[in-house]
Formats: sequence, structure tokens, C-alpha cells
Amino acid sequence: MKGLVLPILLVALAEGAARTFGIASDSLAAPSDIAAALAEALADGRLLLWSAQTVASALAGLAIGGGLGLVLGLLVGLSPATGRVLHLPIEFLRPIPSVALLPVALLGFGFGYRLEIAIVAFACFWPVLIIGSAAISGVERRLLEVGRVLRFGPLARIRKIVLPAALPRLFVAFRLAAGVSLIVAVTVEIALNPLGLGYAMMYAQETLRPALMFAVLVWVGLVGWAINALLLTAQRRLFGPAALVNAGP
Amino acid sequence: MRLSARLGLGLASVLLCAAIVGGWHLATRFGLVSRAFLPSPERTWLALWRGLTEGDLRRQVLATVERMLLGWVLASLVGIVLGSLIGSSRRARAWIGPSLEFLRPLPASALIPIGIAFFGLSQSMVLAVICFGTLWPMLLATIQGFAALDPQLRDVGRMLGFGRLDTVWKFALPNALPDILAGMRLGLTVALILSVVGEMLAGQQGLGLSILLAARAFRSPDLFAGVILLGAIGYATNLVLAQVELRVLRWRS
Repeated sequence: MKGLVLPILLVALAEGAARTFGIASDSLAAPSDIAAALAEALADGRLLLWSAQTVASALAGLAIGGGLGLVLGLLVGLSPATGRVLHLPIEFLRPIPSVALLPVALLGFGFGYRLEIAIVAFACFWPVLIIGSAAISGVERRLLEVGRVLRFGPLARIRKIVLPAALPRLFVAFRLAAGVSLIVAVTVEIALNPLGLGYAMMYAQETLRPALMFAVLVWVGLVGWAINALLLTAQRRLFGPAALVNAGP
Repeated sequence: MRLSARLGLGLASVLLCAAIVGGWHLATRFGLVSRAFLPSPERTWLALWRGLTEGDLRRQVLATVERMLLGWVLASLVGIVLGSLIGSSRRARAWIGPSLEFLRPLPASALIPIGIAFFGLSQSMVLAVICFGTLWPMLLATIQGFAALDPQLRDVGRMLGFGRLDTVWKFALPNALPDILAGMRLGLTVALILSVVGEMLAGQQGLGLSILLAARAFRSPDLFAGVILLGAIGYATNLVLAQVELRVLRWRS
């Protein structure tokens, strides 16, 4: 309850200031105007369309980048020798900021979904690879021996033993990557891609509609918060404390 | 693993890097990928070398690094001071904490349109966005570090007759240091990303702008040289901070 006081106070203060001084600026808007703009954009479906564009790109990038990260994470996690051989290329590629690849992807794909998905995939690849390989190398050795005794092939061993045993921490990896995917998708849209919520904010700013700009910002915050809360709850329900054990990097 | 095996695998890792560059060379040599998109490694190296020695690539690197570090240092100072104030008071945490937590998943780049609305497409816009965007990870990490102080240590401080300042200085700050350093590391990554995006949007001199212009003009060697330099900046800053972390946190191990 106490947590709600500060935001309410700030909103009330902003509203009061806007009413008394009657700001009509290109960069500020009264909270009531922001709420009205939010309601209007929600009612005519624009906001949902933008959200669908952003979330679809984020999910596609997460699936591709996270999937590749998981495959490589399996290789690295199951065979420390492979991990050592791949060490240098990974160390060289990982520090490249995802946005540095924006112009490269722009050359290759042009504007649109493919550009955004490629950048999101690059960004999501690393957390899944790093946390995923740690999770997989942490799988109890004796379980793997059981698989050998049962004469499972390598694929059956991965499907029936490794993935289920590492699942709680793999979920953590994908949860963190999901947060990254949304942030990167919005960043790509703000930087140059004419799609989704990020571009909607830029467009509202360029056409001097601060109420709409702040409304989209609030909405981005709500979407990010909701996805995060949803995944955290799912993690708690599905795995409980299992996901917390050694969940560090 | 035995030392000889380790050395062998390390050598294999170097060879793999060489093989990747070799494959890159062959792909451009035999025209598997258009040169407009993928320059040969030789031409990339040449662009990198020339740009750093006689061209203005060095100036671009300095502009980006300066912007990133300035924003990061300012955000670190404000984040650590504010974070320690909020984090060491249970009352402040209860009142302010939830609002900060709610803002945590918000992309830092979403500040850019607001920054443009206030400052226009200017240098101060980029710096303000870097400062503000970098402040969050720092602030939240510092609060977390200060909040995690063992209550028993607080009692020890009271028994020793420590004042509030002494408790903060001798117990709370060292206790929060790992979190603060982790936050500073994350903040530096955010600062680099925001510098690049800010330069691209506001047309401010730096690597972000130079790679965007190189891509628009299909100067792919310059583009790749810029990307390599940005990777190098990320690598170097992370390395330095990891070393600092090792030094500062040596007492823990």
C-alpha cells in the first residue's frame, strides 16, 4: 500500500501543476491527457496493433536466438572440451553491443520484421548460451551414467535426462532472455525500424503529441511489467525453489 | 583436466578463430556473399588500420568512449549516493521501492523520445539519456546491496557505539560493494548501447553515427571496422571492471 502513495502523489502533483499553470507544450502533458490518449489508442485498436508487432518480433527473435543458444549450450554443457574450443570465438563475439549490428542487419534485410528479429535473436542468444550451458553442465553425472546403462542414444539422453533435469534453470535463462527480447525490440524500433511500440513513441514525439508519447511509454512499462510478473509466477508455480538453486550466472 | 590437454584445447580455440576468418576470406573471395554486404577480412583490416592511423576513426572512438564514460560516471555517483540513502532506510525502501521496481523492466531506450522532446536532437539529449538510463541499474543494485545488510551487524555497530555514518561506512558499504560493482558493470553496457543509439538518432559524432553512415553509403569495410571497434570497447571496459572487481572484492574470498 505504501508503495502506491508516491506514484499517486506524483501524478496528482503533475495534474495540479498542469491545471494551474496550463501548460501547452510540445514535450509535456497532463496526466489526465495522457490517460485519455491511452484510452483512445486502446479503444481504436492502434495500441494493440503496435503491441502485437513488437511482441511478435520479440518472440520470434527469442525463439531463434534462444533456440540456437540452447543447442550450443547443450554442446558446451555436455562436453567441457567443446566449451574450451569455442571459448575464444564466444569471448570475441559476445561483447559486441546488439545495436552495433543494426546497420549490418539493415544492409542485409532492409527495414521490417527480419531486421528486428535478427537483432533480438543475437541479443537473446548469449544469456541462454551462458546460463543454459551452466545449467546443463550442472546436471548430476550419475543421471547421465544411468542413461548410458540404459543404452540411450545421445538424442534420447538429451531428451529424457538432460533437458528435464536442467529445466528449472533453463526456464530462468529463457525468462531473462524474454526480458532482453522486449527491451531490444523496442530499442530497434526507436533507433530505426518503423514498427511497433518504439516507433509509435518516436512518431508521437515527431508529430508533437506528447500525451500519446507518454501514453505509449506507460503502456510499454505495463507490458514489460506484466510479462515479467507472468513469467516469475509461472517459474514459482512450476519449479518453486528448484529454479533458485545455483541460479546465479 | 591436465595441463597439456588444456593447452591443446586452447590452441584448438585459436585455430577455430583462424578457421572462421579463413572461411570469411573464402566466402568473399568466391563471391558467396555480395561484397556490398560482407567485405573481405583484408579490406576490413585495412579500413580499421587506416581509419585508426590516418582517418578520423580514432576521433569517433574517443567521442563515443568519452560520452559513454561521462554519462556512466555521473550516473554512478548519483546512483550510489541515492541508492545508499534509500537502501539504508527501511522506511524509504517501503515508500519508494515499489515505484522503482515497477520501472525496472522499462527499456532504457524508451527515454530517448522523451529526451528528444525536451532537448531536441542535441548532444545534451544523448548525455541526459545515457545518464538517466544508466542510473536505474546502478540505483536498484545499490539499494539491494544496502538492504541486504545483516541486522546482527547493525546490532554490533550499536554495541560498538557507532553512529549512523560509521555503520554505513564500515558495514553497509563494504557489504553492498559486490552489488554496486555488478550494477556498475551492467550500467556500462547500457551506457554503450545508449551512446550508439543516441548518436545514430541525433547525428552526433561517434561510432554509432559512423557505422550508420557507412551502411547507408554501402561502405561495408568501414561498417565492419566500426562494429569491431564497438566490440573491442565492450570487451575492454568489461575486462577492466572485472579486474577492479577482483581487486576490490579480494577480502571476500
